[in-house]
Amino acid sequence: MLKVVEIEHLTIQYPDVKAIDDVSFTVNQGDFLGIIGPNGAGKSTLFAAMLGLNTKYKGTIKFFGTDIRKSKNHLKEIGYVPQKPIFEKNFPATVNDVVKMGLQKESDENKIDEILQQLWIHELSERRIGELSGGQQQRVFIAKALVNNPKVLILDEPVTGIDQQSIDLFYSILKELNSKQNITIIWSSHDLDAVNKLANHVACLNRTLFFHGESDDFFKNDDLVKQYSEASMQEHMHHH
Amino acid sequence: MAFEIFTFSFMHRAIISGIAIAILCSVVGLFLVLRRYSLFGDAIAHSSFGGIALGLMSGIYPLWTAYGVSIVSALIITRIKDRFNISGDASIAVLLSSGIAVGLVIIGLSGGFTLDIFSFLFGSILLVSVNDTILILLLTGIILIVILLLYRQLLYSTFNEEQAKVSGVPVEKINYLIVFMAGITVVTSIQLVGVLLISALFVIPNVTAIMYGRGFKQTAIISMSFSIFSVVAGILVSYLFDITPAGTIVLIAIGIFGCTIGIKSAGLLSRHH
Repeated sequence: MLKVVEIEHLTIQYPDVKAIDDVSFTVNQGDFLGIIGPNGAGKSTLFAAMLGLNTKYKGTIKFFGTDIRKSKNHLKEIGYVPQKPIFEKNFPATVNDVVKMGLQKESDENKIDEILQQLWIHELSERRIGELSGGQQQRVFIAKALVNNPKVLILDEPVTGIDQQSIDLFYSILKELNSKQNITIIWSSHDLDAVNKLANHVACLNRTLFFHGESDDFFKNDDLVKQYSEASMQEHMHHH
Repeated sequence: MAFEIFTFSFMHRAIISGIAIAILCSVVGLFLVLRRYSLFGDAIAHSSFGGIALGLMSGIYPLWTAYGVSIVSALIITRIKDRFNISGDASIAVLLSSGIAVGLVIIGLSGGFTLDIFSFLFGSILLVSVNDTILILLLTGIILIVILLLYRQLLYSTFNEEQAKVSGVPVEKINYLIVFMAGITVVTSIQLVGVLLISALFVIPNVTAIMYGRGFKQTAIISMSFSIFSVVAGILVSYLFDITPAGTIVLIAIGIFGCTIGIKSAGLLSRHH
């Protein structure tokens, strides 16, 4: 099976704390990996290192067998959807403009229409991004991430602050991308139910890796489930 | 009688260079405004004042020294800002005041203000030479080509730096490129509106255009149109009434801004509600 990501002994030291402590795991092609853990567990830190935004780490991160310190080519194969995309509210960019920003080759422009249709935002293409609801914006950022036919999609708690109906639609889109287009998905979340429904692999991260394996094995382990649902409950309350 | 002014060759040069500068300032300014760097043009202009003073004292053509001093100091201040985590507005204040301070000291050393200094402070579009016009057109052409070639990278890194980085855009290089282009644009535009009013051309047409709720390209075109209109109308009106072109140009731009606010508050600009 093709190894998409191999992380070996990853350690990230911040001045006062170890954000990631000796984490190793592998993601295979077609995996739908849910990474769960409370706030401050190091999920975003892990992603920043995988995306080349933080290079001050110890250990090795490989994409498709190549060390990302040696080549940035892996970035072309990744679609990234950030937690809450930050931009000026009155930024003069339409949905079309934003999706086009992700496009590596101008020649693929007709691909944009196709993706907008697939994500049910075709009618919004000439609207300014700042005018849309959180759920619509999130779908625009998925569209932008998908426009180069990525092999991997990385999503950092993508449904924060979005209404339930949009979340359901968002999840069904993810499921389809994984099952029909065989896109490997790495997704951090604190919604255990959603992880149970969608992911086929689970990683529990809280600075170190407490579990990594098939999601069935995780959900059979009552202790782990309890611990992580409590952790996410606390976080949930913290959010509100 | 009023049409007589179109027969003067100095007026041809003024209008041609004015249009080029209007386009240049609105396009480069759009990126600055969207990066919350609106006053950066002003800071570069003030630092060019130091460069102009240096040129006047040393006998080198002041615009050349202005190009050198403004671009170098803009790049240095950007480097310091990134390296030492100084906020954007504070770094602008440092650049702005140091340029004026250097200029004042040099002028003091060389025997006080001259007429030349005033033409740089307030612009002298009616005095542009054929060579100036060619230089302005050339620089405008080069910068527009660079912007068209790097359009996606410029827009993406302005929209969201982190995401642009993940998509492989060389964000740092693009940032320096924008600062470099801003330096060239400011010094090139000094002849039109002078050091003191330059940021008006960078900012006013763009904030006006952004209010129309369109996408990026259309916003840029709207901004360019307002900018060109302000400059051409400003040159003509100021000549007819014998008032200062720089002030007139900026007042017309502010007039369009005011009208846009009026239209917008009357609810006539909302496209989708």
